[in-house]
Amino acid sequence: MSIKVVEGKNIKRDYHVGGGLFRGARTVHAVKGVSFSVDKGKTLAIVGESGCGKSTLARIITLIDPATSGELFIDGNKVDIARNGLTKEMRRKVQIVFQNPYGSLNPRQKIGDVLGEPLLINTDKPAEERRDLAMKMLKKVGLGTEHYNRYPHMFSGGQRQRIAIARALMLNPSLLVLDEPVSALDLSVQAQVLNLLADLQDEFQLTYVFISHDLSVVRYIADDVMVMYFGEAVEYGAREEVFADPKHSYTRTLFAATPRADVASIKARLAKKKAA
Amino acid sequence: MALLDIRNLVVEFQTASGPFRAVDGVSLHVNEREVLAIVGESGSGKSVSMLAVMGLLPWTATVTADEMSFNGRDLLKMTPAERRKIVGKDMSMIFQEPMASLNPCFTVGFQIEEVLRFHMGMDKAQRRERAIELLTQVGIAEPAERLNSFPHQMSGGQCQRVMIAIAIACNPKLLIADEPTTALDVTIQKQILDLLVSLQVKYGMGLIMITHNMGVVAETADRVIVQYKGRKMEEADVLSLFESPKSNYTRALLSALPENAVGDRLPTVSDMLFEPAAGVA
Repeated sequence: MSIKVVEGKNIKRDYHVGGGLFRGARTVHAVKGVSFSVDKGKTLAIVGESGCGKSTLARIITLIDPATSGELFIDGNKVDIARNGLTKEMRRKVQIVFQNPYGSLNPRQKIGDVLGEPLLINTDKPAEERRDLAMKMLKKVGLGTEHYNRYPHMFSGGQRQRIAIARALMLNPSLLVLDEPVSALDLSVQAQVLNLLADLQDEFQLTYVFISHDLSVVRYIADDVMVMYFGEAVEYGAREEVFADPKHSYTRTLFAATPRADVASIKARLAKKKAA
Repeated sequence: MALLDIRNLVVEFQTASGPFRAVDGVSLHVNEREVLAIVGESGSGKSVSMLAVMGLLPWTATVTADEMSFNGRDLLKMTPAERRKIVGKDMSMIFQEPMASLNPCFTVGFQIEEVLRFHMGMDKAQRRERAIELLTQVGIAEPAERLNSFPHQMSGGQCQRVMIAIAIACNPKLLIADEPTTALDVTIQKQILDLLVSLQVKYGMGLIMITHNMGVVAETADRVIVQYKGRKMEEADVLSLFESPKSNYTRALLSALPENAVGDRLPTVSDMLFEPAAGVA
């Protein structure tokens, strides 16, 4: 039987927007009751446009923000950071890779320190061991030990995203949340990072929650797909099911909006243009 | 006659470690009513060559070319003052990040009307009327009220629409769109691309689309130029580029598309030596 690494039941998140002199307070329902579960070694992709609550959900899964209501299980244990706080053990289990590799690394911190910091904070490993682990991780993500003493500005976007992935993996997490990890990258670099993610998943049996608005990437990497629209999961199912037979009208809009790069659709477009 | 004709364009930047050649002998031409896409990854010199055409590069850049003419006029021999009369009027540009390229201190109405004041010499009432007309054209609801909005009060897609409105304000002959949809969602991307293409058809503009997204190329372009490390790798019409790419770099780029993935791994564009397709150079 497969093990559920993360499971959410009816997760909701409200934000209270404080009123001012001329405006009353209001509540924004960012996530309106979303349920999901991901098995070990699998990938769940969350798709939706900006402002649909997918990043809010990512923050809840990563235990950065608490959910307003609903239950979150990580490795079968119920987690409620609003009530019980967060232990180092839980912090170790879930890690996140952010969207913008230019913004998520401290420009004044050397790469070695970037990678050693999660260990320094969450474990009591000595400096020597932290250094060795960081060196090993650098090689694993396709960088070299000579990069240990360099600063983030000396790296390209793709290399920085590798560093961000390496940092997330330092604590051997079981769940990795990837918040649009390749949308800031070029096509060719995007392919390298996606390959790296696939390799790491095989090697460590990692579970991914992959957030994206690029359906071609989702189709390539995901096992399950969830489509979010205004805080609700309008479509949730296995990849083949969702792509073959989209049920909700928004999913169909999304598919129609994705640019197609195959010869047949170019021919169709050119023929249409000629006719016009 | 070609609307824009560039032959053997070279752009060099003076850096601390000597001159750096960002664009190395690129030739291209655009005709009226034509959509040309320039594809390449970051650092391939696709934006720099277009900034050179617009004359927007900093003083550290040296631009040389055998020929650079727009609508029959030689851009290289023009004085800066003469050039200012063309740039923004007959030839205009849409930049990559809509949020960053609008001035946060002025209303969008002011920024649209600014172009009309300088280039068209319209009076206040005419400008306002034209600005409302432009916002309606680019599909912004309640245009008259929106003129008083500041950029931060609008979404990314709306800001990009305002940028397009500014660019087409003087009915340009040539519109250069530098990654117009990179910062936007797929649904908004589709809307913006449809808008650009419909405006291009309606006014018969020449359109240069700079992008790294092969999907955008497939959806919009008539002709495509593939650039890599400042050199032109391939030039072909859109169908033959996707059907039978000549250069091995184009092939590598196309196979890196996730939808073209065969098996478990994506082929990547590594640092192998790419040769331009025969007859391009």
